Amino acid sequence: MKAHNYIKMEFPSLSSNEAFARTAAAAFAARLDPTLEELGDIKTAVSEAVTNCIVHAYPNEIGKIAMRMRILKDGQLEIMVRDWGRGIENVEQALKPLYSTGGADRSGMGFTIMESFMDKLRVRSTPGKGTTVVLLRTVRPRRTRG
Amino acid sequence: MNISTAFAAGRLTLYLSGELDHHEARSAVTLIDQLLDEYMPRDCAIELSGLSFMDSSGIAVIARIDRRLKDTGGRVWIENPNGQPRRVIDASGIDRLVPVAISR
Repeated sequence: MKAHNYIKMEFPSLSSNEAFARTAAAAFAARLDPTLEELGDIKTAVSEAVTNCIVHAYPNEIGKIAMRMRILKDGQLEIMVRDWGRGIENVEQALKPLYSTGGADRSGMGFTIMESFMDKLRVRSTPGKGTTVVLLRTVRPRRTRG
Repeated sequence: MNISTAFAAGRLTLYLSGELDHHEARSAVTLIDQLLDEYMPRDCAIELSGLSFMDSSGIAVIARIDRRLKDTGGRVWIENPNGQPRRVIDASGIDRLVPVAISR
């Protein structure tokens, strides 16, 4: 699909980059004139996706994370977060609420929150090769909002 | 993120402010563990009116406090979440485990 606008960025899997990634996503999404609630939803989903890369894809190393944001037709925002880390053996299981391989300090709610805050969530993963998460959210023009 | 406290009559209130993500949660958990060891509260209120952002890492922090207090028969609740943190609490269902109170 032809994008009206896009941005690509790449950063190491340092946890200090979580805040940077979600702030960058919010800055890019701002041109769609989202409500504060929509901006909050986008920031939350990006924070979850990037945290997954840091915690799960690269548990014992610092690896590369790529993020691409595109504005597609009719105010549709697409955010892709990709890593080249460990990968997910069973995506279906990983998407289940409360399922986590991250130990007691993880809630197992990351994908559930991404799913409930975005219109669409797609996860593709190959063990040993990496994971790609695609988030889609349509920001409707405010004048047509009821 | 910042944490300040108030302690009275066996109840510790933790005032969380700023942003609570996975990066911030690591130091927050260490500090909260120290505070719980120090005060040994019966009950704990997690006050979120000053929190501007939280993701599922924050949910894990709340669940951890709840586990610690329930081990000793105490109660934990969330106070005054607003905006984005409130939406994350609702989406996660943590409010079925840790009640949400609005005091203002």
